[in-house]
Amino acid sequence: MTMTGYTESLTPAAAARRNFGKGRVARIGCVLAVVALACLVPFIGTSYQTLQMTFVLIYAIALLGLNILVGYNGQLSLGHGAFFGLGAYIAAIMMHHFGLPYWSTIPVVAVLCLIGGFLFGLPALRLEGHYLALATFSLALAMPQILKYPAFAQWTGGFMGLVISPVPVPAGVPLSSDQWLYFFCLALTLVMFLIGWNLMRGRTGQAIIAIRDQPTAAVSMGINLAYYKSMTFGVSAMYAGVAGALSALTAQFVSPDSFDFFLSISLLVGIVVGGIATVSGAIFGAVFIQFIPNIAEHISKSASWAVYGVALIGFMYLMPQGVVGLIRRLRGVISGAKRSAA
Amino acid sequence: MMLTVPPNEQPLLVFNDISVRFGGIVALDSVSFEVGAGQICGLIGPNGAGKTTLFNCLSRIYRPSGGSIRFDGHEILDLAPFRIAAVGIGRTFQNLALFATMSVRDNVLAGTHCRGRSGFLTDALSLPMARRERRRFEESADELISFLDLDAVRQLPVSQLPFGTRKRVELARALASQPKLLLLDEPAGGLNHEEVDHLRSIIFSLRERFRMTVLLVEHHMNLVMRVSDKVVALDFGRKIADGAPADVRINPDVIRAYLGAEQ
Ligand SMILES: Nc1ncnc2c1ncn2[C@@H]1O[C@H](COP(=O)(O)OP(=O)(O)OP(=O)(O)O)[C@@H](O)[C@H]1O
Ligand SMILES: [Mg+2]
Repeated sequence: MTMTGYTESLTPAAAARRNFGKGRVARIGCVLAVVALACLVPFIGTSYQTLQMTFVLIYAIALLGLNILVGYNGQLSLGHGAFFGLGAYIAAIMMHHFGLPYWSTIPVVAVLCLIGGFLFGLPALRLEGHYLALATFSLALAMPQILKYPAFAQWTGGFMGLVISPVPVPAGVPLSSDQWLYFFCLALTLVMFLIGWNLMRGRTGQAIIAIRDQPTAAVSMGINLAYYKSMTFGVSAMYAGVAGALSALTAQFVSPDSFDFFLSISLLVGIVVGGIATVSGAIFGAVFIQFIPNIAEHISKSASWAVYGVALIGFMYLMPQGVVGLIRRLRGVISGAKRSAA
Repeated sequence: MMLTVPPNEQPLLVFNDISVRFGGIVALDSVSFEVGAGQICGLIGPNGAGKTTLFNCLSRIYRPSGGSIRFDGHEILDLAPFRIAAVGIGRTFQNLALFATMSVRDNVLAGTHCRGRSGFLTDALSLPMARRERRRFEESADELISFLDLDAVRQLPVSQLPFGTRKRVELARALASQPKLLLLDEPAGGLNHEEVDHLRSIIFSLRERFRMTVLLVEHHMNLVMRVSDKVVALDFGRKIADGAPADVRINPDVIRAYLGAEQ
């Protein structure tokens, strides 16, 4: 069988491999540059700006998890704000009621939200498409009320929420509490991104994507649909929970109404703006959902959400594939120009 | 035209009294036949005869209303659908079911899933075990890519490829699971003359090199009759012939079924 057009240079296998290697070096360089920049933030920004950037990191974690579910696995969740809130409350309760150290909340929240998400995902398996969206929607609606529910108020603080003490800076570290917390979140962001990156490029990630692309063929390849879909739900709930716990540490306060339906929608907006089914898109999406509402408010106090909406529509019009989609397109254009110049 | 005598007559696959109904339509009506280990078995019949339905019973996509399917010591109808690949059955689809957003190589790699063990935890931590396994699968995927002449396109997304090339990617993906039994649903459909010749030599080498048993659904009579050790013919869900290609070709029921289908 001939493949005219492709076969003229039958070393492209090797060429492709080389290109792949080059792409990897460039990618690692890019990551190192971003991390270096991120390390400078608390030293060049004000304490308020550091706080804002801490939230960007937190949202980035939640967005990566949601993107693994929605973008890579094709399951729509309108309720991830609920897992974000669950993580925040578990952390707050551990610190407020039990006086446990702030760092110990992260692994506990991760495990509990993983289990919670898995259990929610298991029955949700029977629900396809719109029905899954509705099930997660009701979770998002119920969460604030569950948190306010009088029977649990002894633990959750009811309407009042819970106050938690500021994260202490380890002895001998010459940083303010804000700066230290920023680095704590940065380290966790790196860990969570590394985990996500590892997952998605391995056997697991391939199964997750295969299920989205062609479920019937995926099963024929031996992929256990029920297990992978529920676990993916669990993993994405774990990301949301860890992000929620970090947000509690940062805000030093949890209250039921911060984890409402609007949060869930904001997270969805974030993954679309950053780029569906991309890892790095989570960072761009996080910048958007952290800063655009504030900027919109600056532009018009009375119609800030209208400004936000216009900004969102503008974004989607200019970058239908999200920020990462735009970057990929530009890179394609540049490498195409280079090739034709050579 | 047979290159080898069927190596082993012991049946690897036994359909026993398989029936499938869709509402009023009887898609399969008490179908029984055997396929020996190492055999290439052609499955023919006019459109709507029930050939794909039979494949879908083997893949556990459809549930027969009765009967049994024995394969290599397993009762297929007792297995969960995702276990079918692991017991050694690989397949291609009549209307292509590739993972559209993945590259050729990733599609073939996805075919290795049932051979793998690394899971969420080992992948998330990128443990040496997961990386070793990955490297091993990448090597075997690359071998198959070369075997099927896909080197030049291995990093391209499958959605960019011409139809005939996509069919080869599907075949490579099915082979990546190292099946004992390979189900091919109209592999020659939509291929040009040259591509069909290539396909024939591929099917022969599957048996020679990989000792694979093949169940081949095909309308391309020339191909079926030349590669098959035995041929089973279906018509309206019933088996109407089962035997050597030369005999099935001149079977009056088969001739009538095809003539009837043409009118
Ligand atoms: N999911 C389904 N729902 C309802 N009817 C079906 C379904 N699948 C198959 N059928 C019917 O069962 C019969 C057998 O179909 P099948 O696809 O197995 O035929 P085939 O032999 O593969 O034909 P072709 O050569 O056209 O691919 C047809 O009448 C078809 O319409
Ligand atoms: Mg068919």
